Parts: sequence; C-alpha cells; structure tokens
Amino acid sequence: MFTDELGQGGNAAGGPDSSAGHHHGAGGSMVQLITPGGERVSHPQYDAWVREVTDEQLASLYEDMVVIRRIDTEATALQRQGELGLWPPMLGQEASQIGSARSLRDDDFVFSSYRENGVAYCRGVDLADILTVWRGNASSGWDPYTVNMATPQIIIGAQTLHATGYAMGIQNDGADSVAITYFGDGATSEGDVNEAMVFAASFQSPVVFFCQNNHWAISEPVRLQSHIRIADRAAGFGIPSVQVDGNDVLAVMAATREAIERARHGGGPTFIEAVTYRMGPHTTADDPTRYRDANELEDWAAKDPIARVKGLLERKGLLTEQLEARVAAKADAVAREMRAGCINMPDPEPMDIFKNVYSTPNSWLDRQEDHYSRYLASFGDPAGANSEEGAR
Amino acid sequence: MTQMTFARAINSGLRKSLENDPKVILMGEDIGTLGGVFRVTDGLQKDFGKHRVVDTPLAESAIMGTAVGLAYRGYRPVVEIQFDGFIYPAFDQIVSQVAKIHYRTQGAVKMPITVRVPFGGGIGSPEHHSESPEAYFTHTSGLRVVSPSTPQDAHTMIQQAIALDDPVLYFEPKRRYHDKGEVDESIEPGAALSMEKARVVIEGTDVTLVAYGPLVKTAKDAALAAADEGVSIEVIDLRSLAPVDFATLEASVRKTGRLVITHEAGQSGGLGAEVAASITERCFYHLEAAPVRVTGFDIPYPYSKVEMHHLPGLDRILDGVDRALGRPNSLSGLEG
Ligand SMILES: Cc1ncc(C[n+]2csc(CCOP(=O)(O)OP(=O)(O)O)c2C)c(N)n1
Repeated sequence: MFTDELGQGGNAAGGPDSSAGHHHGAGGSMVQLITPGGERVSHPQYDAWVREVTDEQLASLYEDMVVIRRIDTEATALQRQGELGLWPPMLGQEASQIGSARSLRDDDFVFSSYRENGVAYCRGVDLADILTVWRGNASSGWDPYTVNMATPQIIIGAQTLHATGYAMGIQNDGADSVAITYFGDGATSEGDVNEAMVFAASFQSPVVFFCQNNHWAISEPVRLQSHIRIADRAAGFGIPSVQVDGNDVLAVMAATREAIERARHGGGPTFIEAVTYRMGPHTTADDPTRYRDANELEDWAAKDPIARVKGLLERKGLLTEQLEARVAAKADAVAREMRAGCINMPDPEPMDIFKNVYSTPNSWLDRQEDHYSRYLASFGDPAGANSEEGAR
Repeated sequence: MTQMTFARAINSGLRKSLENDPKVILMGEDIGTLGGVFRVTDGLQKDFGKHRVVDTPLAESAIMGTAVGLAYRGYRPVVEIQFDGFIYPAFDQIVSQVAKIHYRTQGAVKMPITVRVPFGGGIGSPEHHSESPEAYFTHTSGLRVVSPSTPQDAHTMIQQAIALDDPVLYFEPKRRYHDKGEVDESIEPGAALSMEKARVVIEGTDVTLVAYGPLVKTAKDAALAAADEGVSIEVIDLRSLAPVDFATLEASVRKTGRLVITHEAGQSGGLGAEVAASITERCFYHLEAAPVRVTGFDIPYPYSKVEMHHLPGLDRILDGVDRALGRPNSLSGLEG
C-alpha cells in the first residue's frame, strides 16, 4: 500500500512507459515506522531493531538530519558564489543517509558514490575535506583509512564491487566488521552492481547493498531502469532484500541494523532499497524543470524526512525550545566551520599533479616531471606559467 | 638450475609469492581445481586452499573490482584473465580504478594488483584468443606493463610484479608457455634484473632490433639468420612496456644508428610508435635512417589458417632490417 502511495517512478510524466502497473513487484510492502504525519506506527518485524532507540537518540538523529541539510544548503551556496565547481545535493535523502550511517560501527567500511556527503559527515570526515573534491583542490579530501570510508566514486556502480571485495577480505581475516555500499537506482542497471551481487551471494560476503532509489538518474526516471521493484531484483541473486521508506529515519535504521547483523554473523549480503526522492537538482549544473513535473516535487515535499521526525518528536513532547536552539546552533556552527575551511583551503601547487601516480619511481613520468619543472622555472615565477594567457 | 617450461616457471614464481606473503591471493576463472586453462596455477589451490587461490564466477569486471576491494583491505591480489580478448569487460575497473586509486587518494591507498594476461597469437585459436591489447594499458598512467620472454624472467618477474606496490599488467606470451629453459629458482627477485630494465639479448653493431614477449625468440632467430649474411643485429628484449627503459635503447641506437621495432599488435598507436618517436627525439643526430616498425596489421586478429601472415615472422623482420639499412627490400622504389 505504501508502495502504491509512493509508487516507483512517482507520477513523473514523460517516461518511456507510463503505465505504472508493472512496477509493483511481489516483494511485500515497504517498511515504514513513522508516517509522513509524524506518527509512530508499529511493524511486527522491524520494531525490534529500533526498540532501544532512546528519546535522546531520536533527537540526535533529528539533529544529524538538520545538520546535513545545512551542509547541503551551505555547499550549494558556496557553489553559487563560485567557491565550488560543482555540488551534488542530497536534499530529501537525509533520512536514508543518517538512518544507515548511524547504524555502522567505526570498523565497518563504506564505499559510496558522490552523493553520500551526509554519510561522510557521520563517518567523521573533516567538514572542509568534504568539499576538497568539489572545489577542485585534489582528487580526494580524506584518507579512507582514518574514517573507514573510501573516497566518493564517480563511475556509476563501480564501488559495489570494491565493497564486495573488501568484504571478501573481511571474511578471509575472520573479522566481524561489515562493508556497506551506497548507489542509486540508475546504478542498478550497471553490470558492476549485478556482478557484485553475484560475487557477494556466491561467497556469502558480509556486504550490505544500500540503494537509494531517489527516483531519478539525472533526467531518467526509475521506471527506465527497472521493470520491477528494485528490491525484488535481489531475489534473483539469492540475496535477501527489503524495501524501506527512505524518508523514515527509523525504518532505514531498522533495515540497516538487520542487514548489518546478518552480515556480521555469517548471514551474507542483504539488499536494501530505500525509497526516497531527490528534491534538488542532480548537481548544481542540472535543471530538473526540463524533465520533471512540479507536482511530483510537491507530493514529495509532503513526505519530507526532517518534517517527519520533527513531527514525531513533537507528538512525543520532545520538541522543546532548547532542542530547537541546540540543533540550530549546531547547524550554524557546522556551516560556519565548513565555509571557513573551504575558503581558506590552500591552492594546490602545480607540481602536485605529478604526485602519487605511482608509489614507486617511474622513468617516463619522472622525465616529464623534470621537464615541466624546468619549463616552470624558466618563467622565474611559477604562478605566471599557470595562467592561461601565458607569461611570454 | 632446473629445466622447466615457461608456464611451470610462472607457477613456481606464484608458489613462492604465496609462500612468502600470506596477503597474496590468486583469483580467476578455472584457476583452482583445473589449474587454469593453461595449467599455470596447477596444484596451487590444493596446496594453499580455496581462500588463497579463488575460483571466481565468470565476471571479469567483478574479478577486477573485487580485487580492488581486497587491495583496500591490505591484500595483494593476483588476477588471471583467461585470455587477452576477455580483458575488455574489466577494462573500466583497470583504467578507472586500479590505475587511479593511489593518485585519487593522494597515496593513502595502494593497489598492489597483478593482472596476468595470456596474450598474443600463433596457437591456432578462434576469435578473441590471440589478441595483443597491451597498448591500451601502456597508455594508462598509474599502470605498469611488463612481458617476460624467457622462463627465467617469467619466474622472477612475476614475483617482482606481485611484490611491487603499484599495479602491474603482466602479459604472458601464450605461444611460449611450453618452451623450456633454465630457471634458477634460488635467485631472490630483489637480486635479479629489475623488471623495469630492458636486456640486450644479442649484441650487434649494424641495427638495433627491439622486441618483447613472444617475438623475442623470433627476433633472435632473425639476428642469427642475418649474421649469416654479414649483418650484425643487436636484439633488445624490452621486458617492461611501460615504462620503457629508454636508457638501454638509447645506448644501443647511439652505437648502431638504426632502429627496428617489432610487435604482434596492430601498428597504429602501438608501442612501436612510442618507441620510434621517443628514440627519434632522443637520438635524432645518431640515427642513420628513420625507425622502422614491423608489426601486425590494423585488422581484427585473423582466423588461424592465415594468422602467420599477420604475425611478424623472421622474414618480415629481416625485410624491416633491410629497410633500416637502406638495402633492397619489399618497399624499394616506394616514395614515403
Ligand atoms: C559509468 C557512468 N556512466 C555515466 C555517468 C554519468 N552520470 C553521473 S550521475 C548519473 C546518474 C546516476 O543515477 P543514480 O545511479 O540513480 O544515482 P543518483 O545520482 O540519483 O544518486 C550519470 C548517468 C557516470 N558517472 N558513470
């Protein structure tokens, strides 16, 4: 029934197949623990996974979601002000990112795509480091091993294989940590995601496939990617799956905890489809009005993940002025710190481009590096050689 | 010293790497119980177990992509691609991930992955089983590409490749798998000639002839034949295709003044073009003639009945040597 309400592909116009009837698979209803109105509803199987979430923890999830939305708004502003080259907004996907990321242990390892900047925040990535790549200052903002999160993947779906291989390594090591990989609905069409599921199932590796079905792959609606519920695809690989309301932080947390526990205790992979919605553009370079209906956005605004948890806090009498003030102060502080970190980021040096191509010397590259440094030195002022007009 | 086949020499090198480093993991299709379609991994799964020598599902991108994840976790995967023509599904993972993760992560994550690729023709196989895709990889920065030509090199270079912290494409000349040679298994890979170095196989004074992998033997045969005609050819085995050891080539060309390079891969954009251009840049005033390429044609690998026309043989190589020497040859009288 919630499947019907949220319906894969929403009510987007102009898709190749607008007869939505095919898109409701046989895999059971979508897990929801908080209604769009903020009411806590019970679920026979998934309640248990969030039973011990305290009022305080609920408030903290709310805070996280407000903070990452603020990160998103601030980064979008920085892009508009010319401080970032590009930014992929996560607006609308806060519950999916927080509910899942806050279910992980420090020694679990994340392989994400480019949109999981909320997850990076949860992993403890330094705020400015989240922006390094988007500012164009380096190809990565952090050392994966300090936060146990690989740097964001741009090639759609490639990271699902890395997570699966990492999980195979965990198995070999006899450890009980877990790998989790994030990807979009569009990614499920890529061979790599399907190959990753084959490997994960065959080797029963401790990996969680976390698909954020945000309904759009740039301009392509989800119905162009899948003729059935995405969660139902996993069955074909022999992987248990669940479709969860991705705008419901508790439901996402319950599903992720279940999947992680299964993986930790030798139960192999799980596929989670978090049904959510990308409220903003694909990136700051995108214009969604060209392909999506304004009504669709309105429908989804009514299911806003932050409003929902806020509604629940209110019903529970937890939405106090102090809480609101604390959350606002935290969001302000995070935004301030991130902006300052961005603006004060030192520019890379020209010769940095030659670093780390190899971890051992390479005669071809060493020669090019040597020649280019001589070339730069011929200007006296290396910065001059960097300008497009040239210094001659 | 032991006499062994090229394939056995790799097997013995793999065995030593597996013994010396518990983080070394072999992965690929049919490499376990079968020992690989060429038997290069024969007996290794029996001795090291299914977790060290992994039979994978048939998915090349996944084999490579999971190797990336294992490397993230501190392993040193050695991947077997069953045949050259099947590396393309893994191409994206190799060039976009394996080659770039060290750069992308500013040195934080190492990718010590070795990709073993049986390559080249001359064994009468059907389509997709005889290709020479090395130039795709020599063009990709972040990768190293090597090709051994003797059992001894096969044995030491595989160990050097596995021990290196950078990714290595290790191209095995499959038509030489059954050739035998002396192998000293006691040589420590660190003490052997570095896989980055080219080797002068035969010394000569008139022409420098550069080859690698399967054609080193052909080039040697050509040099012996030329010697009977009074032409002294210096044969160089490149061993490393990326980077090429230009220092060794330069020294030779400064001496001979003439350069011929041969490979099975098609000519356009091939490694021969890189060698010719780089040597021209470095040794222009020492060259007596333009560098000459003797290569496969720019065609899909042909059916086996006529593959010998595509593959550079002894006579085509000698015809190229004649061109470099300005002696009568098949192209005499042609302008340009
Ligand atoms: C292999 C590959 N093809 C194309 C692209 C260009 N591209 C970037 S994002 C994107 C859409 C991805 O959609 P989805 O997987 O649903 O993730 P979302 O962006 O919605 O989070 C495309 C086509 C790419 N990055 N990689």
